[in-house]
Amino acid sequence: MSDAAHPKPGHDHPDAHAGAHGTMGSYMIGFGLSVILTAIPFWLVMTGFFANPQTTAIIIMAFAVVQIVVHMIYFLHMNTRSEGGWSMMALIFTLVLVVITLSGSTWVMYHLNHNMMPTMSHDMSQMP
Amino acid sequence: MASASPIDPAFLDKDGNPLFHLAHEPHHPEGSSTMLGFWMYLMSDCLIFACLFATYAVLGGNYAAGPGPKDLFDLPLVALNTAMLLFSSITYGFAMLAMEKNRVAATQGWLAITGLFGLAFLSIEMYEFAHLVHEGATPMRSGFLSAFFTLVGTHGLHVTFGCIWLVTLMVQVARHGLIPANQRRLMCLSMFWHFLDVIWIGVFTFVYLMGMLR
Repeated sequence: MSDAAHPKPGHDHPDAHAGAHGTMGSYMIGFGLSVILTAIPFWLVMTGFFANPQTTAIIIMAFAVVQIVVHMIYFLHMNTRSEGGWSMMALIFTLVLVVITLSGSTWVMYHLNHNMMPTMSHDMSQMP
Repeated sequence: MASASPIDPAFLDKDGNPLFHLAHEPHHPEGSSTMLGFWMYLMSDCLIFACLFATYAVLGGNYAAGPGPKDLFDLPLVALNTAMLLFSSITYGFAMLAMEKNRVAATQGWLAITGLFGLAFLSIEMYEFAHLVHEGATPMRSGFLSAFFTLVGTHGLHVTFGCIWLVTLMVQVARHGLIPANQRRLMCLSMFWHFLDVIWIGVFTFVYLMGMLR
């Protein structure tokens, strides 16, 4: 509307409000999915549904990832078009850093703990 | 002649000579970059939480012969807390829908309900922390508890500031109505509030639920 009245050649300003809000339907879908995706992990852990804790851990982590994606789409209205794709770029960059931080820290510290175990001390006693 | 030129007329001066810089900076409407800028802030906040999650992942097993997650955590209470934050997310969504329809009273009402859910969340968290401290599970007790209180406490602080921000915006809307500046501020708080809910998904999964599995 205002763009038609004042043409700005070479500079397309994506409407800041386009797709910035959800609808009642999208919020309710997001809320319903979130309730389900929250309730199932709590139920799995509280009832001890799987005998193997590792199975439960992997499943509840998968549920968390799915729920984060649901929140991103239905509540934070993330898509590849908002802000000309820059918010998606920032999100991807942040995710890369988060993965490096988390996996790097646990990996390094696990090996540090492992190599500093008291059982290693006899190796050190061989040192001059 | 400018009209015959294949070059965009915006890049020609009044004599039809090409310009090597823009004669006029393209007009950016006020606040047009606010949402992207705020998103950048949220992403940097996300990195703070990533560091705190990494700290918890490293120290979470160091109980120093003290109490562990199974001795301390009360899952029904955490479930209730999670419900409070989830309800506050959807009520904030309703506030945004009311704002779009320019209904001031409905917006204020939903914002107030969101704030009450936020306060309920904080009250439950304070009760939980007080209970832990009462049992001697203070941040000084072990590496696990230091990391736990730092991670969950930082999230709680964010929610606290979110509540203060919410009250501030309710006063702003009451005084000035749903002017574009206030709409923009409400959209920023909306992102902040939903972002905190996303962080809480990580907290209840990684700290509480996985803690009970250790």
